[in-house]
Amino acid sequence: MFDALQAFLSGFLFDWLAIVITLVLQAVSVVLPIMLVVAWLTYAERKVIGFMQVRMGPNRVGPLGLLQPIADALKLMTKEVIFPAQSNKYLFIIAPVLALAPAVAAWAVIPFSEGMLVSDINAGVLYVLAVSSIIVYGTIIAGWASNSKYAFLGALRGSAQKISYEIAMGFALVTVLMIAGSMNLTEIVNGQKGGFFHWYLLPLLPMFFVYFISGLAETNRTPFDVIEGEAEIVAGFHVDYSGMTFGVFMLAEYAMMILISFMTSIMFLGGWLSPFEGIPFLEPMFAWVPQLGWLAFKVSFLLFVFLWLRATFPRYRYDQLMRLGWKVLIPLTIVWVFVVGAMQYFSFGPWFN
Amino acid sequence: MTFEQFIFYLLATIATVAGLMMISVKNPVKAALWLVLAFISTAGIWIMAQAEFLGLVLILVYVGAVMVLFLFVVMMLDINMAILKEGFTKYLPLGAMAAIAIFALMYMVLGPEHFGLEVTGNPVIQPADYSNTVALAVPLYTQHAYAFVLAAVLLLLGIVAAIALTLRRRSTTEVLYQDIDKQNKTLAVDRFRMVKMEAVVEKDIVTKEEDDK
Repeated sequence: MFDALQAFLSGFLFDWLAIVITLVLQAVSVVLPIMLVVAWLTYAERKVIGFMQVRMGPNRVGPLGLLQPIADALKLMTKEVIFPAQSNKYLFIIAPVLALAPAVAAWAVIPFSEGMLVSDINAGVLYVLAVSSIIVYGTIIAGWASNSKYAFLGALRGSAQKISYEIAMGFALVTVLMIAGSMNLTEIVNGQKGGFFHWYLLPLLPMFFVYFISGLAETNRTPFDVIEGEAEIVAGFHVDYSGMTFGVFMLAEYAMMILISFMTSIMFLGGWLSPFEGIPFLEPMFAWVPQLGWLAFKVSFLLFVFLWLRATFPRYRYDQLMRLGWKVLIPLTIVWVFVVGAMQYFSFGPWFN
Repeated sequence: MTFEQFIFYLLATIATVAGLMMISVKNPVKAALWLVLAFISTAGIWIMAQAEFLGLVLILVYVGAVMVLFLFVVMMLDINMAILKEGFTKYLPLGAMAAIAIFALMYMVLGPEHFGLEVTGNPVIQPADYSNTVALAVPLYTQHAYAFVLAAVLLLLGIVAAIALTLRRRSTTEVLYQDIDKQNKTLAVDRFRMVKMEAVVEKDIVTKEEDDK
């Protein structure tokens, strides 16, 4: 569709202008739905946690409180953005942008269904890892530019947590690459064809949990939200931010949550593939479900797990959090790299043929 | 100018400006951040040169890990810039001479004489399914396998040495250590002791007042 548009535009415009317009339109058509999902994910979070704690959740704005995200956005945008007197103004503004931009840029390679993606590059997994590793600069610059010791300590705490869990995350992805034999996200999904038992979930079950737990830590969600710690340490790097500058940090966090859910579904849960492939009666029964539908279902379930965990677990202490990352998850992933190597050598199961 | 050329010149300009800012800006934290920008734009240029693996790894390793640790250190140091900038004008001619000499050397080695288009020919434009990752991995794990393993062992040695240098165990009178295994294995029974006590009945207020008198 976009190729046709580009061909049409280059008929009467400069070539480069046609490319730029097409690229911008492609970016908007991916980013806009993501931002809408982010908005209503905050609503879903408050509703789900509300029901789990036997409350109503938001129910005032619009039917069932459905317009609450819009009210929240308006409130954030009309609030005054306060700059601390001794802060570094440029970096203070750039920090939230640096938090949000990579969380959005990573979507360039995420396939929503077969062939429905902005850019089908053959190092897709590496691109997502590389781009999401830039997010840590949002944290670290925000803490430094605020010129406050509390914000700075929070930034050190938060960025140390992020780069620690990135290692476990990377190793978990290495095992996926070993099975799939490709870094292209479309090929990784297509390698899981053939129903539930061909997904990478079963041979990589520990890695699935490692990836998801690391994802929780990367996005600062409970039980790893020492960055917020509203009850005991009252926020970290964004303690001096207000209004929309603070809102942008939250947008980035939720966009990353959705990204992690998408990556988990694509890597371990067969992406857009139906779980009933190859099963006599169930496969034709669910043949009407579009590919995007399956992916959306898996992603929504994982997002629900994010919210569920928040309503369930207390917060980790910081030293326990670091111990879990370095002394439990990373050794586990390294062991599993060898296990996958052995499974590959012995052509184990339907995954290694 | 094609779109690729436009992107190339954009990234090259950003990289050059970021490099210049890195060495001229006063604040060391800002210098580190300019270096990060230089890394990112260089990675972009590498990706345009069809070396997508190297470009992405540059971002992943240097931007995502090394520079973050670097920033940690620079941010926590209390650097007095006045002392660092002392004698700048005095050493400027010497520094300029050294810079020119190094540039001349680099030009002689890397200049058009050895790497010009007449020598190397036009770069080969690879098809879309060409994987730079595979092209790098195959010689790395076959031809250069021993060198690769040797480099890995060296890095491991570095890790072990760094840990061995910083690892110290102080006496428990100085520092309190936590036994995490013991903490994890704790049961509610161990923490909570039910005690049966005789009920203590307080005297009622009237008699209390009488006692005070």
